[in-house]
Amino acid sequence: MNFLIINFFLISILLLTTFYIFKTTSLISIVALTGIFTLVCAAIYVNLDAVDVAFTEAAVGSGISTILMVMAVAKLPEGKKNQLLNLFPSIVLSVSIVIVLMLIIANLPLLGDPNAPIHLHVTPEYIKESKSIFHIPNVVTNILASYRGFDTLGETIVIFTAGLGVIVLLTSNTLNRKTKFKKKVKK
Amino acid sequence: MKDNISSSPILNIVSRILFAPIIIFGLYVQFHGDYGPGGGFQAGVIIAAAFILYSMIFGIKKGETLVPVKINQYLMCFGVLLYAGVGIVSIFLNGNYLDYNVLASERSSGQHIGIILVELGVGITVATVMIALYHSFASFRIKDD
Repeated sequence: MNFLIINFFLISILLLTTFYIFKTTSLISIVALTGIFTLVCAAIYVNLDAVDVAFTEAAVGSGISTILMVMAVAKLPEGKKNQLLNLFPSIVLSVSIVIVLMLIIANLPLLGDPNAPIHLHVTPEYIKESKSIFHIPNVVTNILASYRGFDTLGETIVIFTAGLGVIVLLTSNTLNRKTKFKKKVKK
Repeated sequence: MKDNISSSPILNIVSRILFAPIIIFGLYVQFHGDYGPGGGFQAGVIIAAAFILYSMIFGIKKGETLVPVKINQYLMCFGVLLYAGVGIVSIFLNGNYLDYNVLASERSSGQHIGIILVELGVGITVATVMIALYHSFASFRIKDD
């Protein structure tokens, strides 16, 4: 019962935040509100006992990405800070996604159902084995680093590539723009 | 954004006080990830947050002297290579790629060593990539002046 009340409370905060994201016109407050949104999402994950996911969501979602978005907004020229594009296509897109998801939800297994397919395949073995084999109590770490070591290697390489891409794009672009600008001035 | 934002003494002193505890908390999350929630990804982000706070308060120039761009980029590569290197070491010890069982004489301690090294690689990569992202965003200028 408590679980339901807390979940209801958190989801109503989410809806309220979404409404205000929709309503505001200044980009910086939209960034702040999305930070609140992800923080409430983290609280929902804690309520679902997914502490590791909640930790990541709080650190990455509401921490770093908010800072990077604030930086990006601060870099915008003064006139474009509060200029929003036409919202109509994005409204149509998000409403249709919500309708599709609502249709799918009807076919999903109930929350916490022990006979759901995801709890029957390899998860029982992981939970049973992991403490006796690894002597490490956190099953999530075992799955992440050992059972699914290849996946995590891939994720690390993805992050590395993303960082490399941003460094290459932003650092070389400034040089190119400067030289082009100077050439134009000379002409 | 101006380079020197540290005009407020409150921000200046609070960030000085918070810098070391944030890094210690990041290291705790890194190495305690086997026993509680946490791990390389979260720890990397937390440690990066400390350096980003420093760069935000004391300006990007001081942040880049604290973490030089070259060293940051070398560490980025080192993290991924540490992860991949653990796999290659286990090949040389007659195991499969990323098979930690062969890293020590006992299976469980081999897994322990493997997991700690791999998580360290992830942590280093994530932390340095986040710092690099912030620094390249902060030193990027659209206008030519």
